[in-house]
Amino acid sequence: MTATPAATRTVGVDIQESEANRSVVEAIEATNDGCTVKHMPGLVRISAPGRLVVTREAVEERLGREWETHEFQLAIVSYFGHIKEWDDDEIVIAWDH
Amino acid sequence: MTIAPKGPRKLTMKQRYEALTRDLDWEPSYVDKRDVFPHTEFEGIKIHDWGKWEDPFRLTVDAYAKYQAEKDKRLYAVLDGFAQSQGHLSLTDASYLNAMKVFLQGVTPLEYTAHRNFAYLARHLNGPGPRFAALCQSIDELRHTQTEIHTLSNYNKYYGGFHNYLEQHDRVWYLSVPKSFFDDALSAGPFEFLIAIGFSFEYLLTNLLFVPFMSGASFNGDLPTMTFGFSAQSDESRHMTLGLEAIKFILEQDEGNVPIVQAWIDKWFWRGYRVTALVAQMLDYMLPRKVMSWKESFELYFEEQMLGGLFADLAFYGITPPKHVDDAIAEKETLSHQVYWTLYQFSHAAAFTTSVPDAEHQQWLRDNYPDTFEQLYQPLWAKEEKNIEAGGRHFWRGLPQLCQVCQVPMLFTEPGDPTTICQRESVYDGETFQTCSNGCQWIFEREPEKYVQAWLPVHQIYQGSCGGPTLPDVLQWYGLEEGDSGEYKGSVDEKNWNTWHDDHAPTGTEG
Repeated sequence: MTATPAATRTVGVDIQESEANRSVVEAIEATNDGCTVKHMPGLVRISAPGRLVVTREAVEERLGREWETHEFQLAIVSYFGHIKEWDDDEIVIAWDH
Repeated sequence: MTIAPKGPRKLTMKQRYEALTRDLDWEPSYVDKRDVFPHTEFEGIKIHDWGKWEDPFRLTVDAYAKYQAEKDKRLYAVLDGFAQSQGHLSLTDASYLNAMKVFLQGVTPLEYTAHRNFAYLARHLNGPGPRFAALCQSIDELRHTQTEIHTLSNYNKYYGGFHNYLEQHDRVWYLSVPKSFFDDALSAGPFEFLIAIGFSFEYLLTNLLFVPFMSGASFNGDLPTMTFGFSAQSDESRHMTLGLEAIKFILEQDEGNVPIVQAWIDKWFWRGYRVTALVAQMLDYMLPRKVMSWKESFELYFEEQMLGGLFADLAFYGITPPKHVDDAIAEKETLSHQVYWTLYQFSHAAAFTTSVPDAEHQQWLRDNYPDTFEQLYQPLWAKEEKNIEAGGRHFWRGLPQLCQVCQVPMLFTEPGDPTTICQRESVYDGETFQTCSNGCQWIFEREPEKYVQAWLPVHQIYQGSCGGPTLPDVLQWYGLEEGDSGEYKGSVDEKNWNTWHDDHAPTGTEG
């Protein structure tokens, strides 16, 4: 099977559009070069080639308060790809193979 | 100078997860492990090391409770605000609620069934990681059942079709489609259930069910449904992860698992896909203000994300896209039209109402289905408009043949030939059985001893199990009341809606 390699296949996440989540969306935009942001009714979809990362630091900078990565559970509506990492500092969505 | 003793060091997420979720497991010493977990061998799946299961969410009980409570608080604040401000009056139209009626009758009871089965997995899987993930999902599903009922109960004060959804789920013909789908999964083994619901439904198809639907709610002024939808869906991303972890884990554990899993994917993709036929018509016909067409949604959420993204990933394990996926792709331009045309003709026996799409709606359908709507379906509606002018809005008075597997009436057409009804026949034990498609026939012939037992609503009516021999007997047994069914124009819902909006009345009369 001649599939597109994991490094370039699109991954993405759908986030609820809300005041609190705006910082999260902005942080993701700033952290991921080449990502695309699409607004749909009630939600924001961010996709990127190969890999998408949410870092605690970038969110906290914009939010102006401490933010634990668990809080991302309140923002996420759906995603595509595979959650490769979810620790105290970052969440990484990417394909494996 | 004395240095103050350091406070206890905070554990990292990984350490907390190891300590509070994994380390609470123990090896049984005086009972054989097989007696503790007796259900994980008979399906032929081989697991060598349950410790290899990964849970990227790294949830612990305290974190789970904290965030779920927050989600509920946010939701209930919205429900209260909406009810207090007479929010139902700001919907686009009362007919919008037909989509919600189908949702409450068809989907909410499935959440409860999912709750039950994930509780079973939380007891019966050997590893502590998957057991805890299944336990969280089990509680999530119960939360979804409750929040959906609470959310939609507000509409039950003002509109028909919401009052008897639980009994109807067990009895009414179109609801046997989602019910039999989930019962099929419920009566499978634990690994097949994981692939059926955890993977095929939650990961492959759930976006198709929820995301456009909830955007539809947002677009049509239904704030509570949008909020419960997104609230539920935020759990759903955890469920998708469970499904994806499950399949990768099973495939990595033993090469012998690959063909078993492939056959389950082939089966459960098609089973789940057939259930989404109900969603297809909701998107294209039941939302007064449209978000995206079924075709567009299918292309984005299924073809692009799943076939283009996920299956390229699974190819690594030797997994190929589901067997009948080409048939599904081939019917994306005809599916919703065929389903709604059928529901339109049978809505006198349903707990929702239907109507001919108006001129603006038909224009939207032409724009979104340039290759099929004008040629194939517009003439049907034109003919029906003439019937109505002549005073004869038509309802089908007979009973349809149902597919033995998906239980949808035989309304689908041959792949590549949208004017010939597809009907497959199989003989088992001297009896003939009908299926609606290559996919359903393949599923039937793989396990005929299971599907010959199907509780088919039409057969049951003829056998006298549904309240009596006449249509009114059956409708009474369904618990349908005046205003629940039939044509939307002139219905109780429409009359009330017009009264509330024309007179600027503060609220409707209840009941």
